[in-house]
Amino acid sequence: MIEKLEKLNSIAISELYKTSDINAINLWHTKHLGKKSHLMAYLRNLGQLPAQDRPKVGKLANEIRYKLENAYDEHKNTLVSQPTTTNKNSIDITLPGRPINRGRLHITNIVLRKIYSIWADMGFQIYKSREIETDELNFELLNIPKHHPARDMWDTFHTNTPGVILRTHTSPGQIHAMRTYCPNPIRVILPGMCFRYEQITARSEIQFNQVEGLAIGTNIRFSDLKGTLSTFAQRIFNKNTKTRFRASHFPFTEPSAEMDVECFLCSGKGCGVCKNTGWLEILGCGMVHPTVLSNGGYDPNKHTGFAFGMGPERIAMLKYGIDDIRYFWGNDLRFLEQF
Amino acid sequence: MKAPLSWLKEYIDINIDPHALADLLTFAGLEVEAIHYMGMSMPTQNKSHTKITGMEWDPEYIVLAEITKIEAHPNADRLVLAEVFDGQGIHPVITGAPNLLLYKETGTVETPIKIAYAREGATLYDGYSDDHKTTTLSRKTIRGLESYSMICSEKELGISEEHEGIIVFDTNAPKPGTPLVDYIGDAIFDISLTPNMSHNTSILGIAREIGALTNTKLRPPVTDIKIDQSKKSTFEMPSIKIVDPALNSRFTATLIENITVRPSPYWLQLRLKISGMRPINNVVDVTNYVMLEMGQPLHAFDYDVLSERAKNTPAITTRLAKNKEQLTSLDGVERTLNTSTLLVTDNAGPLSIAGIIGGLKSEVTNNTSNVLIEAASWDMINIRKTIVDQQLQTSQAGYRFSRGVSPALALNTNQRASEMLRIMGKGSILHNTKDVYPIKHTTNKINLPIGEINRSLGIQIPTKEAIRILESLEFHVTKEKDSLQITAPDHRLDVGTKETGIADIIEELARIWGFDNIPETQLDDLSPKQHNNINLEKEELLRDLLVTLGLQEIVSYRLSSAKLEQLVCCEDTGPHITLANPITPERSIMRKSLMASTLACASENCRHQQRISIFEIGPVYIPKNTTDNNASSDEALPTEVLRLSIVLYGKNEQLSWINNSDKSMDYFVLKGIVDEILNGIHISDYSIEPDNHPAFQTGATALLLIKEKPIGHFGILNSKSTSKLGLKDHSTLAADFNLSAIIEFMPNRHTIKPVSKFPPVIEDIALIVDENINSNQITSLIAKTGGSILKNTQLFDVFRGEQIGEHKKSLGYRLTYQSDSKTLTDKDAAKLRNKIVKTAKKLYGAQIRDS
Repeated sequence: MIEKLEKLNSIAISELYKTSDINAINLWHTKHLGKKSHLMAYLRNLGQLPAQDRPKVGKLANEIRYKLENAYDEHKNTLVSQPTTTNKNSIDITLPGRPINRGRLHITNIVLRKIYSIWADMGFQIYKSREIETDELNFELLNIPKHHPARDMWDTFHTNTPGVILRTHTSPGQIHAMRTYCPNPIRVILPGMCFRYEQITARSEIQFNQVEGLAIGTNIRFSDLKGTLSTFAQRIFNKNTKTRFRASHFPFTEPSAEMDVECFLCSGKGCGVCKNTGWLEILGCGMVHPTVLSNGGYDPNKHTGFAFGMGPERIAMLKYGIDDIRYFWGNDLRFLEQF
Repeated sequence: MKAPLSWLKEYIDINIDPHALADLLTFAGLEVEAIHYMGMSMPTQNKSHTKITGMEWDPEYIVLAEITKIEAHPNADRLVLAEVFDGQGIHPVITGAPNLLLYKETGTVETPIKIAYAREGATLYDGYSDDHKTTTLSRKTIRGLESYSMICSEKELGISEEHEGIIVFDTNAPKPGTPLVDYIGDAIFDISLTPNMSHNTSILGIAREIGALTNTKLRPPVTDIKIDQSKKSTFEMPSIKIVDPALNSRFTATLIENITVRPSPYWLQLRLKISGMRPINNVVDVTNYVMLEMGQPLHAFDYDVLSERAKNTPAITTRLAKNKEQLTSLDGVERTLNTSTLLVTDNAGPLSIAGIIGGLKSEVTNNTSNVLIEAASWDMINIRKTIVDQQLQTSQAGYRFSRGVSPALALNTNQRASEMLRIMGKGSILHNTKDVYPIKHTTNKINLPIGEINRSLGIQIPTKEAIRILESLEFHVTKEKDSLQITAPDHRLDVGTKETGIADIIEELARIWGFDNIPETQLDDLSPKQHNNINLEKEELLRDLLVTLGLQEIVSYRLSSAKLEQLVCCEDTGPHITLANPITPERSIMRKSLMASTLACASENCRHQQRISIFEIGPVYIPKNTTDNNASSDEALPTEVLRLSIVLYGKNEQLSWINNSDKSMDYFVLKGIVDEILNGIHISDYSIEPDNHPAFQTGATALLLIKEKPIGHFGILNSKSTSKLGLKDHSTLAADFNLSAIIEFMPNRHTIKPVSKFPPVIEDIALIVDENINSNQITSLIAKTGGSILKNTQLFDVFRGEQIGEHKKSLGYRLTYQSDSKTLTDKDAAKLRNKIVKTAKKLYGAQIRDS
C-alpha cells in the first residue's frame, strides 16, 4: 500500500513538470487531485483497510496530497508568470511581487526621532514629563500669574478638578527638569503632547506635540542660543538653511525671539508655502526668565540658560507638503502609508 | 492695533518706506501683520513678513476738486448733475450720492464743496461690488447724459466700506488738482502686540519705538490746558470719592462748558475710520482719538444729566457693584452686574462700567452742552474679569485697561483731550482738572552692571549706544563706573526690579540693537553629566519591533468619550478625568482605554482598507481614587500609564495575482505577533491563559501574564460591540497591554545560546491527548523534559478525527535534538523521545500516535 502511494506520488510529480500551459496543468490537477483521482480514492477508502494500517496510510496519503497541491500551486504560478511564447526559463519580471505587509512608524514619531537624534548629537537628552498638569506648573511657576493678560496666549482645557489642566505646552517640564537636576548644568529636550482649547481646523488642533529644549549653566548666552538653533535648522532642513531671529514675547523667557528659517522649498525666492515671504516660522525661544530660574532652584545671578519650543507636526508639514494638520490624528491609513 | 503712517509722522520723522518700517518694527517685537495701502504707491514685490492689501491712487487721475454748481438731472429724480472744477477745467458729473441730493435745486453752491475726483481712465474699486474688484472709468451715457468721471465715495478709494455718500472734505483742504494721495494718502500698519507691549497700544508708543529704532527724536503731543479766567462757571466741579484705591488708583475729571456737539471734521473722522473706530460726534470722537494717540482710555459724561440727577453738584463715587445691580450700557444692553464689577456712580446710581463701557443715561447727545471728561486708572485683573463676565471683548478701552495702563498717563491725557475738545467744540474750561490720586505710581530703579549685557547676550553693546537706546525709550539713565543706574519711564508697568528688571532692560537693549547684530556662537559651557534613559529606549525598541512585525503605528486623540469606551467595554468602568470645557462630546474625557482609540481608528479605515494591522503606544489617564475634597491639585493628578494596543482586521493577505483568497486574519495572526513581541523583548517567564473579558469573545480570550502579573488581554473581540463600530465583515482581533508594566519586566540585557557545531537529529512525533488539555501544556512539557539537548520544538500539526477517537486531539511536533559537545546518535535521540512520551503519558495521559 505504502509503495503504491509513493509511486503515485513520483508519477504525479514527474507529470506535473512536463506540463507547460494552463490547460495541461488543469488537466493534471483533475487527474491527480480531482475527485476521481487514485489518491482521492485511497483517502475515501481508508476505512476498508485493517485498523492497524489506517493511521499510517492515511497520514502518508494526506501528506502526498498536501505536497502535490503545493507543487501544483508553485508550478502554476511559474507558468502564469511566463509569457507563453518565450522559453521556459523566462518569467514576466514585471509582474508585481508578493504583497508584503510593511509596518511603519507614525509620521510624528518619524520626525520626533529625527529631532531627538540631532539634539542628542549636541548633548541634549530627552526628559519626559506628565501631560495632565497643575495650573501651578503649567502657568504660575513659568511666570504666568493667575488672571495675567499673558494667559490669553494659551487657550486651556480645564478638568473638573480645580487647578488640574491639560498642559498647554511642554514648558512645565522645564520646572520638573530644573528641580531634578539643580544645581547641575542642564541640557535636555522635553518632547510630548500638549493640548489647547481650539476649534479643529486645517491649521489648528486640540492636541499637538512640542519639543521644548532647555540649557542651563553658568555661561550660556543668547549668542549660544542663536548658534545652537541655527545648527539645528541646518541639520533638520539642509546645510545651507539661513535663520533669522525676531523679537517676541513669552513670559518664561527674556529676551524672547521667534526663529524663522529661509524657505527651503523656494530657497527664499518666495512661494505658496512661505506665503511669498521667503521665510518660515519655525520656533519660539529665549533666555530663561530669572523668575523661572529661581522657581527651578537656580540662582539667576550665577546661572543663565536658554529655552526653545518647536512643533514636530509643523516641521513635518513643511518637509512633506502636508497642508492640513488634521491628517495627523485622523490616522487615515492612506495618509500614514505614504511615509 | 492699527497705526496710520500719517499719524505716526506727527510725532516722529520717518524717512523709510512703509514695508521697510514694517520689517523694522516686526523684528523689534511689534509684529506688523498687514499693511493696508491707501493711495500710496505699493511695493511691487513683497518680501517682508507682512501681508499687503489696498490700492494706489494715480496722482494724475485721482485728485482733489470742487463742486461749484449742482442741478437736478433732467431725466432722473434720484440723480443730480454736479459741475466739478478739477484745477484744469469744469466737468459735468452725474451722481446719486444722498449727501448731494440735498442740493438738488441749489444751482451754484456758496462755498465750493471739496471732493475726491476721479478723472476719465482712473482705476477705482467698484462701489457696487462686495469683493474689492477694481474698475476703470470710461465714457458712458447715464439716463441720456454723457458721463466719464466720478466723485468718489470712501469705498471706491478703499478707505472704508462706506458707499452711501461721497466724501466731503473740510473746507481747508488743498486746492483743486492736488493729487489726492498727497493729501490723505496713507499706509495703515496692523500691529499685533504681545502682552508685554501694553505701553505701545498707542500711536505715540509706536512712534517712540520707531524713534528708538531709527535714532530719531520723538515730538510728543502738547498736553497743556487753557483755563479761561475771564468767565465764571455755572457749575461746581463734582466731588470724587474712590472707595477702593487698590482697584482705582487715580481718577481725573475736566469739565468743558458750553460746547457744541456735532459731527467731527473729516480729517478726524478719517483717522478714526482707518484706525478701526466709528465716528460718532466730536465729543466721543475726541475721547477715542486721544485714547488711540496716548493709550489712556477716556470717557465723556453729559454733565447736564449728572447735575440733573444730583439736583445739585454731582458726587461721583467709584465702587464695586452690589450683587444684581443693573445698568443699561451705551450699546443698549441691560446688564446685570456682580460684586466684582467696578462702577463709576453718582448720587442716583451707576453711570458706567469702569474702564469698559459707558451708561446710556449719561451718554453725550446732540443736546449736550456741558461735558465731563474722565481719565482714570483701573486694576487690570478686575477689568479683565469684567470683560469676560459682560462679554465686552471688543471694547477698545477694555483692551487697553485689561493689559495695563500706567496711572501716570491719566492727567496728561485728560488735559490733551479736554483742550482739543474745547477748541473743536468751541467751549470753555473754567475749572482746573480734578485729580484724585490715592496710590501714586512708582517707577522702578534698576542697577545694571555693564557686564550683565554680555553675560546674557554674548555681545557687549557699546555703553554709549545702550544709553541712547534706553533714553530713546524714555528710561532715565545715569552712568556709573561699571554700571548703569536706570529708572523706568512713568508709562511703563512692565519693568521689574533686581534680576527681573535687569532681564527687562537687556531685552529692550537686544531688540532695539537688533537680534541680527548678536553673533552666533556654539555652547562652550560645561556639559552636564549624561544619563541613561532606559525606559524610553525600551519603549522605542518595542515600537521598532511592532513595525518589524508589519504593523502600522497610529497616534490618536488622547481626548475621547465615555460612550466610545463603554461601547468596547473598557476594562475599568470607574470615573474618567473629565474636561470642564470640552469642544465636543466626542472629546470630553481623557481616555482610559487605548484599545478604544485604536478600534475607532480601525473603524474609520475599514471602508477603504482590505487589511488593517495597526498599533498605538500611548498613555491612558487613571484618576486617583481621592475622596478627599481638600486634596491639593498635585495629589489630584491622574496616573499616566503607558499602554500598547494592537488591532487587526481584514483579509489575511492583500489581493494579488498570486493570492485572491478572501480568508480573514484569525486569532493566530495576532498570537504570532504576541509570541514574537515576547521573543523580541527577551521575556521568557510569561504565560498565556484562557480568560473572560466583556470586550472579548468567550472562548477566544487570552490573558498575558508576565512573572504572574496580568499584563492585559488579547483575542477575538466580541462581535456585538465591534459591529457597532462597523467592523462586521471579519473578526476583529485586538490586544490591550500595560506597556509600563512590560517595560518594567524587560531585561536590560540577555545572553545568547551558543550555536552547536554538531549535526542535529530531527524527528517527528505525534501525541494524542484529551481535548481539554491545551497545547501549551504539552509543548512546555516537551521542552522541559527535552532539556538542553532538545534545541527546537515545533508544533506542526493539530489533528482531530474519528481515527483518534472523540474529544481527543493529536499534536504533531518536529523535534530537533542537538548536543553542544558531540554528535548525537539515533539511540541518544530515542532515549530522550521515550522519556518525553513517558512523562507526557504520566502527566497528561498522552498516547503516542502511529508508533
